[in-house]
Amino acid sequence: MIRIEEVTKRYPGGHDALKGLSLHVEKGEMVFVTGHSGAGKSTLLRLIALIDRPTGGQVIVDGQNTRRITRRKIPAYRRQIGMVFQDHKLLYDRPVFDNVALPLIIAGLDHREAGRKVRAALDQVSLLHKEKQSPETLSSGEQQRVGIARAIVSRPKLLIADEPTGNLDPDLSLEVMRIFRRFNEVGVTLLIASHDIALIDQLGCRRIALADGALEVQREEDPVAEYVERLEAEQERERW
Amino acid sequence: MVGKKSSEVLTAAPRRRPLSSWAIRHFSTAIAALGRLSRQPFASLMTVLVIGVTLALPAAMHLVIKNAQVISASWDNALDFSVYLRTDVSLADAERLVNIVSQRADVENVTLIAAADALAEFREQSGFGEALDHLSVNPLPHTLVVRPSAANTEVSMGLLNEELGNLPEADFVQVDTEWVQRFHAILDILERAIAIGAALLAAAIVVIIGNTIRLDIQNRREEIEVTKLIGASNAFVRRPFLYIGMWYGLGGGVLALLLVGYGLYALKEPIARLSGLYSSPFAALALDFSESLIIAGAGIVLGLVGSWVAAARHMRRIEPR
Repeated sequence: MIRIEEVTKRYPGGHDALKGLSLHVEKGEMVFVTGHSGAGKSTLLRLIALIDRPTGGQVIVDGQNTRRITRRKIPAYRRQIGMVFQDHKLLYDRPVFDNVALPLIIAGLDHREAGRKVRAALDQVSLLHKEKQSPETLSSGEQQRVGIARAIVSRPKLLIADEPTGNLDPDLSLEVMRIFRRFNEVGVTLLIASHDIALIDQLGCRRIALADGALEVQREEDPVAEYVERLEAEQERERW
Repeated sequence: MVGKKSSEVLTAAPRRRPLSSWAIRHFSTAIAALGRLSRQPFASLMTVLVIGVTLALPAAMHLVIKNAQVISASWDNALDFSVYLRTDVSLADAERLVNIVSQRADVENVTLIAAADALAEFREQSGFGEALDHLSVNPLPHTLVVRPSAANTEVSMGLLNEELGNLPEADFVQVDTEWVQRFHAILDILERAIAIGAALLAAAIVVIIGNTIRLDIQNRREEIEVTKLIGASNAFVRRPFLYIGMWYGLGGGVLALLLVGYGLYALKEPIARLSGLYSSPFAALALDFSESLIIAGAGIVLGLVGSWVAAARHMRRIEPR
């Protein structure tokens, strides 16, 4: 589903966010990308969403080489991918229903058709009863679920999420992950950037660790380092 | 259950997709744009007011010219020809000529000013009375004053002028058209000046609407970024702004019509009094249906152009970060 080949990304000013990264995600996989901030997780997702272009290498998503996708074709490309953001990126001037319906309206569906799909998506994140509310009246966890409903409403084959649980407490994080899990079970490929290692371990999914813009070098079993890492993750979670 | 629903959608969608859903989408975008304007009534009204006044100016000037042309057209046909006969034409021949000429279809009536009467009048008005007494013969000819019928056109007036000049008894024909021609020339200049002014005002409207839309785009930057992020094309993001521009233009156009209409209403009585004094049936013409359509249409087109320019310039730069 996703093939990253020798990708480098240099931002203006000379900072190398990715340094020759290669990785593959198969169809139907649910994969986590971990690493400290600055390791290149977000950059990787931005390249997949075509918010940025790689400086070198190939990004191939569902058989399409993103290098060949022109500016004009970016909207159609993005419509095939569900995206979930740490800060939800909802539109606060309209109710939950309209937020979730937006990708369908963009795709040109009429309201009746859209309504059915929107309700199905809201049902999957258990927010059907809040469709008329403004996102502002919802809790952070609920807002994130609205964001997820919007990402899956047009049934994309691929869903990418950048720190989807970054602002949520552990219980809500687990719930969001369970929702992702359910999508994965019906065949959606998921690529999720997260630093919440404890949570990821609980789910038992493949984990790609990035460090300094490349795959982290696989270390020998090191119980002490693992313990420290777990401790750090715990602390990070407590901060939220 | 879900699977069944989606297969239903798959079979139904291609049949319904083409025109109606396109129209519905545009219609709902247009209504949504109107709703957005109505949520800031004061700001929207100010913009509409500026556009309305700007459109009303050339419309009112056009109306002034149009009415002036109507009035001067009635002067055209009220012109008299003075046909000076040769001095050797006798009074009896002149009177016979009056009968002949007055039977023409393009002539309303003919008055004969006999040479003797003309001399008497001249004597009275010029103050050369005594000098004239010394003349042995009357130097003035008989004159026919020919009033053309009202049905004459510019062409038939020219023809009449020519034929009167070709009469064997006629010495020459005089038409006092110069001042009318000057008046027409002035109207032509004014008309062109108004066209130039209207073009400048149109440019001003484009700038006003463009600037309003630019501010609107800046205020909704985040929304634009998010919609682009989930796959909206430039056309999709641009559409609501184009409709806002269209509504501004249409509102301005309608307001301009109301302003002109009210102005005319306010002038109606004084105009009636003035034409009463001239015992003329003149009543000021209002903008007709097609002119009203043109003004409203001009508002719409200018609104669309203004918002298009703003959207094209600013929308492209807003990309998700």
